[in-house]
Amino acid sequence: MEELALNILDVACNSVAAEATLIDIDVSVDTKSDKLSISVSDNGKGMSKEFLEKVTDPFATTRTTRKVGMGLPLFKMAALTADGEFAIDSETGVGTKTTASFKLSHIDRMPLGDLPSTVVTLIGAAKSTDIVLKYAVDGREFVFDTRKIKKVLDGVDITESEIIVWLKEMMKENIMLINGGLAI
Amino acid sequence: MKTLAELQAIRDRMKSQMASRGTADGSDIKIVVGMATCGIAAGARPVLNAIVEEVENRKLTNVKVTQTGCIGMCKLEPLVDVIMPGKEKVTYVHVTPEKARRIVAGHVVNGNVVTEYTVDGEKA
Repeated sequence: MEELALNILDVACNSVAAEATLIDIDVSVDTKSDKLSISVSDNGKGMSKEFLEKVTDPFATTRTTRKVGMGLPLFKMAALTADGEFAIDSETGVGTKTTASFKLSHIDRMPLGDLPSTVVTLIGAAKSTDIVLKYAVDGREFVFDTRKIKKVLDGVDITESEIIVWLKEMMKENIMLINGGLAI
Repeated sequence: MKTLAELQAIRDRMKSQMASRGTADGSDIKIVVGMATCGIAAGARPVLNAIVEEVENRKLTNVKVTQTGCIGMCKLEPLVDVIMPGKEKVTYVHVTPEKARRIVAGHVVNGNVVTEYTVDGEKA
């Protein structure tokens, strides 16, 4: 993985697999405390305590094609190598929340990367799952919510290529505005 | 800045297009991109986005772009399947955004399989 947005995509794909109907992606940057925080929460089927305990172990996976799962271990490693923290909370039948924090200026912190591409990829992965992206830098905030978009679309498929391309551009513009010249 | 009014205009145009085109009748072409950890780490997201953009730029309204999880050939990722109606599925391996655009132009638009990007083509 070369960017945090790819880790977010990977973790959120787990939420889709857990049959979540809503995925909340929260990215917040605070330059004063030199911190970048990311959380992905869903209302999917959650994990048992036993599975939760070993879920960042590469040899714990729900996939059946082989016995290794690298998604969460990679995300955890990305946080820990950048002086950050990593946690997963989950409850069966309620949902799962994955949080990772990073020291913003740490030399080993991965760049955030292309968040709009991650969000539109998720929309394409599960069009019935709603996605909320909250993106904040030093208190300036942009909120993207597929429920609002779907209301505007009034029955037109959100995964139509033209809509996807438009949504991506719209998010890009807003994120650039929120960044205010900051490279994250 | 993009506004929701702009999105409404796109919506209205698509609605009238759909009305004239009718509902999907099984003649749609499917493009499927592998999107598990292995695919994502190997670069599947920019491949998927390149395909969606190419489909949009060429206005290919009969093409559906979808995603799938890990299918167990991780070292060949990013993997892209092209399924033309009435024809056998073609699997492309080690796809990049550039290769993906060529696959859309060559295979999806013109019906010629880009053999050099398939599993057999890579071995040759």
